[in-house]
Amino acid sequence: MSSSGRIQVARVVLSKDLRIERRSKVLTSQIIPFAVVTLVLFAFALDGDAILQRTAPGLVWIAMLFSSMIIVQRNFAVETSDGALDALRVAGADMSAVFWGKWLALVIQLLVLEVVLLIGAFVMYGIEFRGPGVVLLVTSSISATCGLSAVSTIYAGLASGVRGRESLLPLLVMPVASPVLIGATRAAEAAFGTGGTVVSEGWPWLGVLSVFAVVFSFGGSLAFGPLIDD
Amino acid sequence: MEPHVHASGSPAVELRNAVALISDFPALAGLDLTVERGEIVMLTGPNGAGKTTLLRVCAGLTPIARGYGRVMGADVSIERDEVRRRVGMVAHSNGLYDELTVQENLEFWGALIGAGDDELHQAMSIMGLDGRLASVPVRGLSAGQRRRTAFAILVVRRAGLWLLDEPHAGLDSSARDEVDGILRKASAAGATVMLSSHELDRAQQLATREVRLAGGVVVGDER
Repeated sequence: MSSSGRIQVARVVLSKDLRIERRSKVLTSQIIPFAVVTLVLFAFALDGDAILQRTAPGLVWIAMLFSSMIIVQRNFAVETSDGALDALRVAGADMSAVFWGKWLALVIQLLVLEVVLLIGAFVMYGIEFRGPGVVLLVTSSISATCGLSAVSTIYAGLASGVRGRESLLPLLVMPVASPVLIGATRAAEAAFGTGGTVVSEGWPWLGVLSVFAVVFSFGGSLAFGPLIDD
Repeated sequence: MEPHVHASGSPAVELRNAVALISDFPALAGLDLTVERGEIVMLTGPNGAGKTTLLRVCAGLTPIARGYGRVMGADVSIERDEVRRRVGMVAHSNGLYDELTVQENLEFWGALIGAGDDELHQAMSIMGLDGRLASVPVRGLSAGQRRRTAFAILVVRRAGLWLLDEPHAGLDSSARDEVDGILRKASAAGATVMLSSHELDRAQQLATREVRLAGGVVVGDER
């Protein structure tokens, strides 16, 4: 298939996923409330402004990781509930392009979720946005989201044909995504100046997140088809 | 809207001594079968006879471990993507997106393969899905309407070989009649149809040929 053909398939899959999300409103009616409730529960459990401010970056990314599992499950449930993923395979659709379409749909939904979580942390945990840290925060969040989305899409595809995939997926994704959790947390700490850190301490973590995102995104696009076939 | 004709001189399906393994069990155990273009072939046999595996091999979904196979002129072992592009399969599920309307489902498939609006509307018209039904979300359709939508996708894709696993399952009597009518139309338009069914009387009336399977091989073949 030509490059333009692949881009067309990816665009069609992306548009379909976002249209389904707009219509079902699962992100806004279920996942965002779940993520906010998680932040509130962390606030109750770690009562104390100093502790919350110190741990806010990690808490945000843990809430993000948990919530992302629900989004990913949902993104692939629409493919498997009536055998649409099989139908795509039978139709000979370029699965690498299908990967990119689903990956980008997930990136967009996760970025929306991140904005809500950061606002929540600003309101509930008292984190402060500092001018020099904003660029680091934005770039590291985007890189982390791309990496998390790639890992999730690969393993959701792999688990899509397996019984008990709902419980299997977090077990597969969370260990592999731990570098994202660590890197994104450290970068966010540097961006917020948590515990006296400075912005320059966060740039190496942005590098780690970027390498992770590139490796898993391109690796995932190559492996997605064979993984689903097998 | 006629199906694409690929390698028109060759049979639709040609399998020689085909062995397909499911978890190391030979679901097809040296099967020989030739299906000519335009036939409606009914696969019969007890559970575990290899009917579904045969359909999946023809769809390029299950590889053959040994033997030789060509489907619509493409080699099932080394041209799986090409095989997949030339056939359409509707199994127990319909491959539809519940949240999307009938028209949006067809537009999705049309956009994937570059089909135009005229082709989509023609497919919906052939399947009786135009008018009010076109804008109904798939989750609001009856089982028969869902099946018709799945068949409309095969028409949009202009699949030359229709592989249907229990196409009558879960449908009421009138919907089964509709399915039979659609399959006859598809065959008349040049498509080859292979179906497995437990509705023996109905399928026998529909089919031009009955192939009986047992233990992963052909044990009977009647035209």
